[in-house]
Amino acid sequence: MMSWGQLGFQDAGSYFMEEFIYFHDFTMMIILGVLSYVVVFLILGLTSGWVDSGFVEGQLIEFMWTIFPALILIQIAFPSLLLLYLIEDFSKSFLVCKVIGHQWYWSYEIKTESSELLASVDCYMLPREDAFGMRLLLTDEFLMLPINVPVRILVTSDDVIHSWTLPSLGIKGDAVPGRLNQLNLTLNRKAMFYGQCSEICGANHSFMPIMLMGVYSWEFFAWLDRL
Amino acid sequence: MSSGVEITRPEGAIPLAQKYSGLSEEEVKKRIIAYNPPADSRFPNQNQTKNCFQNYVDFQRCVRLRGEDYKPCQFFERNYKFLCPTGWIEKWDEQLENNTFPVKL
Repeated sequence: MMSWGQLGFQDAGSYFMEEFIYFHDFTMMIILGVLSYVVVFLILGLTSGWVDSGFVEGQLIEFMWTIFPALILIQIAFPSLLLLYLIEDFSKSFLVCKVIGHQWYWSYEIKTESSELLASVDCYMLPREDAFGMRLLLTDEFLMLPINVPVRILVTSDDVIHSWTLPSLGIKGDAVPGRLNQLNLTLNRKAMFYGQCSEICGANHSFMPIMLMGVYSWEFFAWLDRL
Repeated sequence: MSSGVEITRPEGAIPLAQKYSGLSEEEVKKRIIAYNPPADSRFPNQNQTKNCFQNYVDFQRCVRLRGEDYKPCQFFERNYKFLCPTGWIEKWDEQLENNTFPVKL
């Protein structure tokens, strides 16, 4: 979760989020370099009292200031597109978890191989006095998922549009009634992850948080048993 | 596991899920949740609504054509049970009972 005064990303909880952070850092480095370069020349140009009346064109410089930015953009595009297609690879998932948004709580359904067993849990926000200072983040029940297991999350809604978001895992999926949105998730550590509904859905839109716990597989089995 | 992964273990080794959960081998096998409806190239994108609905319709058609005991129909049944939310399945079952299901089976 975020701390007071935090400016950067939360620690990554999934492998994709780690990659997103690396990509962000790489692109930010390029952005800051270009920005500094432009600001310096802008200030130099504006503060210089002299103007060269003969300087109307320059084939070489125009060629260079077209090619170099294009090369920089290509360098940014490669990891960007790679990540874009990587997060859409659903062939390797082992577990399916359905997330259903309601007004104003989330429910989760996990189906097991045996047809009879379907685990379902409803998660309501804890009131302020029960939230141990973490107001608007804690829920009475929470979803548990095994770590290092690719999980296929299918998000939908029972009434209006919601959005299932977990910023530390780098995932966000709109819960649209009548539609199943597919997300890919692989947790990388045992921890508690928090999120909040990200699509305006009525009076209590701010009061339907998401809590997800990454656990070992056997702990996940034990939790399924208890439901 | 249903995804086709082959696991070889040394003799006498117990799967971790069995060792730490305290369940017997049959109980663990009953609870194996490692089934993922295989990637369907007809539905490659984020929107999987049609994937869920198509499997449900295919199961109903299969059962009507071949009977309840025809094993290959279980492929569609398993897929739709894993993909579709329970609320949708209940709604469609009710529509089938009332003869108001929108698809001609």
